[in-house]
Amino acid sequence: MSSWILLILLVVVALWVIGAYNSLVSLKNQTLNAFKQIDVQLKRRHDLIPNLVNAVRGAMSFEKDTLEAVIQARNQAVKVNAAGPDGVKQISQAENALSGALSRLMVVVEQYPQLKATGNIGQLQEELTSTENKVAFARQLYNDTATQYNTKQQQFPTSLVVGLAKAQPADLWEIEDKAERDVPQVDLSLKPKT
Amino acid sequence: MSDETSLTLFQQQELNRRRTTWLLAAFVLFFAWLGFGGDYIYALYTAHAPPAAQHHVWWFGVVMLAVGALLARYAYQTGPEKVLWATDAQEVIDPVDDQQRQLVNVVEEMAIAAGVPRPRIWIVPDNDPNAFATGTDPRHAHVAVTQGLLDLCTRDELQGVIGHELGHVKNLDVRLMTTLAALVGAIVLMRDGTNRIFWGRGGGGGGGSGGSRRKGDLGPLVLVLLVVWVLSWILAPIITQLLAVAVSRKREYLADAMGAQFTRNPLALASALQKIEAADMPTTHIKSGAAHMCIADPLGRRLTAHEGRLADVLATHPPMAKRIAILKGMGYAQIKKEGGVVS
Repeated sequence: MSSWILLILLVVVALWVIGAYNSLVSLKNQTLNAFKQIDVQLKRRHDLIPNLVNAVRGAMSFEKDTLEAVIQARNQAVKVNAAGPDGVKQISQAENALSGALSRLMVVVEQYPQLKATGNIGQLQEELTSTENKVAFARQLYNDTATQYNTKQQQFPTSLVVGLAKAQPADLWEIEDKAERDVPQVDLSLKPKT
Repeated sequence: MSDETSLTLFQQQELNRRRTTWLLAAFVLFFAWLGFGGDYIYALYTAHAPPAAQHHVWWFGVVMLAVGALLARYAYQTGPEKVLWATDAQEVIDPVDDQQRQLVNVVEEMAIAAGVPRPRIWIVPDNDPNAFATGTDPRHAHVAVTQGLLDLCTRDELQGVIGHELGHVKNLDVRLMTTLAALVGAIVLMRDGTNRIFWGRGGGGGGGSGGSRRKGDLGPLVLVLLVVWVLSWILAPIITQLLAVAVSRKREYLADAMGAQFTRNPLALASALQKIEAADMPTTHIKSGAAHMCIADPLGRRLTAHEGRLADVLATHPPMAKRIAILKGMGYAQIKKEGGVVS
């Protein structure tokens, strides 16, 4: 009789271990997949920037510094990006710098109505907004999934099978420091200096 | 029903899967009742007739069961197509202008935020702002917006609305709602058909195989069964409509919350809902059969403005004011948390 109870208990425990193991593996893969999504969107952004810079370069020779900053931030980001999932911290720093440079450029573009009127700047602007959003949303999905994965690892009793499933806490995509997130102050009376 | 919002996403999906299966099963069973019930009544009716005139082979039941099963299968498989076709929606394949390009971009952004594949995008040529999602699962999903919505909403508001729709897609609401819409359509079609048979020709009431009458006595059991049976033919469309109502109201709150989670911008969805509410005219392209799928009641029924027992029974959507209030609550809580000032 007691051996039956023991057997049932063993089966129940085994089933639970399998379930917990599988849920951890599934979350791990979801996290990796979410990271890939960010990567895809970052590549898109890196490809879009040269087009944007070329489109505005002629019209805004007067804002060389802003353009230079964008190009440099972009090249730095492309270089760091090769590191893959292990370098989440460095990648996020480089990409945040690029976001900052881009938002400053967009503010500058806003200032010159004649620039917006010429050619396809309006379209490019929509594309850029969308790309920035896509990067942000991919990051948000990654952070949400990674948090879920990390929480699951820490929660008892799932924490008991963490070693078995070779689960490790995933790095979150850091939010940029406050100074960088703030929209730069713009003096709207500023006239283009030619 | 009331604690559904506290379920996890996985539980939501499972619930929707199960409910769709139940719905389809109930539909087939209902047809079986119409068929075999008719046979049974006719058999009782002819029980005292000479053996040759007795109703032995229950072919009507078999036929109805087959029809029900085929209809259910057909409705489930072609539901999304039929819904889109019924609303006159045009698919956006290559965006032709800035407005459509923005729509495509916004849908792509929200698909990333929701972690689902990009759905196919459709525009309904209607000036009233509204939107709906359809499909059987996230891999085969469609999102449709009216031209009026595109004209009226800012980019952020559009994002909120699309986020709401992708919430329906992600938790598999679309499967249940689309199947329901297709079944409502099938039943309405059936009603039109049977109306013609019952009233059009002025023939005898019920009985699968009209033919000879007054052969046996009409016992009380037969009479009761007959009344119930005829009533189910007549009530079927009303019952399915009520089902559509019961199934959809709570879901809107949940989809609002999911939309807010995807965009992290509940105030934009609140302001979109406000605009949709202010443009208070019926969406003429969306028929009542698909009303429960839309973000706002396309019929512009006054009932939707109230919450109470009557609205609980008849309205397909929760009161707009309450949805907006909840979203604003979320938005202000978010602003406060980030240390901002509520203006």
